[in-house]
Amino acid sequence: MTHRRWFTPWLLAGPAVLWLAVFNLWPAVNTVILSFTNARPLGGGRFTGLANYQRAVEDEQLADALVNSIVYLLICLPLLTLLPLLLALLVERRLPGITFFRTAFYTPVIASAVVVALIWGWVLDDRGLLNGLLGQLGLAARPVSFLTDRWLLLFSAIGLTVWKGLGYYMVIYLSALGNVGRELHEAAAVDGASAVRRLWHVTLPGVRPTMMLVSVLISVSALRVFSELYVLSHGTGGPGGRDMSVVMLIQLYSRGFTGHIGYASALSLLLFAITVGPMLLLARLGRKAA
Amino acid sequence: MARGFNTPSPAGKAARYLLLALVLLLTVGPFLWQLSTSLKGPGEDVWSRTPGFLPHEPTLANYAKVADTVPVWTYAANSLVVASIAVIGNAAGATLAGFALARLRFCGARLVLGLFLATLVLPGEVTIVSQYVTVRSLGLTDTLAGVALPGAIAMLNVLLMRTAFQAVPPDLDAAALVDGANVWQRLVHVGLPNVRGMLSVVVIFTFIGAWDDFLWPLIVLNDPGKYTLTVGLQYLNGTFSANPRLIAAGTMIAFLPIVVVFASLQRFFFRGVEEGAVKG
Repeated sequence: MTHRRWFTPWLLAGPAVLWLAVFNLWPAVNTVILSFTNARPLGGGRFTGLANYQRAVEDEQLADALVNSIVYLLICLPLLTLLPLLLALLVERRLPGITFFRTAFYTPVIASAVVVALIWGWVLDDRGLLNGLLGQLGLAARPVSFLTDRWLLLFSAIGLTVWKGLGYYMVIYLSALGNVGRELHEAAAVDGASAVRRLWHVTLPGVRPTMMLVSVLISVSALRVFSELYVLSHGTGGPGGRDMSVVMLIQLYSRGFTGHIGYASALSLLLFAITVGPMLLLARLGRKAA
Repeated sequence: MARGFNTPSPAGKAARYLLLALVLLLTVGPFLWQLSTSLKGPGEDVWSRTPGFLPHEPTLANYAKVADTVPVWTYAANSLVVASIAVIGNAAGATLAGFALARLRFCGARLVLGLFLATLVLPGEVTIVSQYVTVRSLGLTDTLAGVALPGAIAMLNVLLMRTAFQAVPPDLDAAALVDGANVWQRLVHVGLPNVRGMLSVVVIFTFIGAWDDFLWPLIVLNDPGKYTLTVGLQYLNGTFSANPRLIAAGTMIAFLPIVVVFASLQRFFFRGVEEGAVKG
């Protein structure tokens, strides 16, 4: 007997269970229900069958958003799997002042995506620092429209995501590197293995499970991108609204007089469909790591 | 001759520091530049091809001026209210539930745990629309309570606290039981002192997450007087994009408190990293 009254555990877990029901389970069920209605942000809603899904199939903006997601993922994946590993190897060694560098490299992670996008928006503007630099070096006769071109805007947002994510994945790698056998490393060093060979034959195999974990984390977050694209495009989604992400579309339809909660819910389920694979993989990898 | 593993050559060391400095410039440089811009006077060029890095006539006037254009201090107070509710709710709710799930045996515990775990495969953005519908039916649209409430107990934090309580040696708990301690005494005197590290991590990241959040407050809030900082900054950017000094001042008001919170608590975080507690 670990406690006297049967309801004591429920008293302690009560608030969390209430939150589980009201703010997690019910919204999940309700998303499915709403996706079959024409509910509006201001209320109402009638059952309309598969109308929202039909609309999704014909929605060209959604097709653009899905293309954007795939491009986002394909570029983020290699960059954010490899660069943070190199960074982790750089700060792994216990040199004087290394804690300062580790903390400093983590700064972009703790900043809001809005803050980061505003700073970089100013750098990438037509009159911004980067265009100033390019002009001065004679590399561009006219300002490069980083923020108003359909593809350049997307690439700028991707650059921002990569820059902001470096420190986050660095810390995950750092945690893994601590577990890669130091003895193994030292043995290899004594045997005369060069630093490069040690990296290839000792470190890399040691962090392979972490690389897997990291790449799944990257995939999920690339599919969920919102703030960077929203702020860089001033909420417009770029020229012709072609630089929308799926989450931007969900936000767009969730509010205002032109909003459509039913359609936004159908888009939410679509987002779930494309993220559930990596999410399940993540849960499995997480359990294995624990 | 093979050098010892932990003694790089002086040249290697210098190269390492050079690389470290370069990465530092890339990661922290933009923030410093923004800080510098926020301190530049109206006579200094911030757009030109070669804006100076340091302000020539440093001034705090931009911080006063940004408050004239949008109620930026009200926004900061709103963000603080939202972040405080989130921190208190998560620290209390996740600790209590984490303890119950880790240390007490009760009917239905396995089912509840399974449901907590199941929510982890659901990205927040997927349920954000129906979350809005729920908040609307509670009559909380356009209120700070509506922004703060759904995240006041995050499922992930409950699971993290449960893991931390599970790591407390069972002998300690057993000894307390023999001494006739009740559940509350076991939680306060045996459990809590041993999970302080995880609780700090939960507190830091709840605060940062709530303070930085953009999408959810953007959906819930309509009235520009009730905006949180992130939404207010986006609003400022849309309306007065002509003066980067004011936007810089605004971003610093949003950014500096986070730096202070993280810097004062970062030792818990990196200790957790070295113990392998942070897995993403």
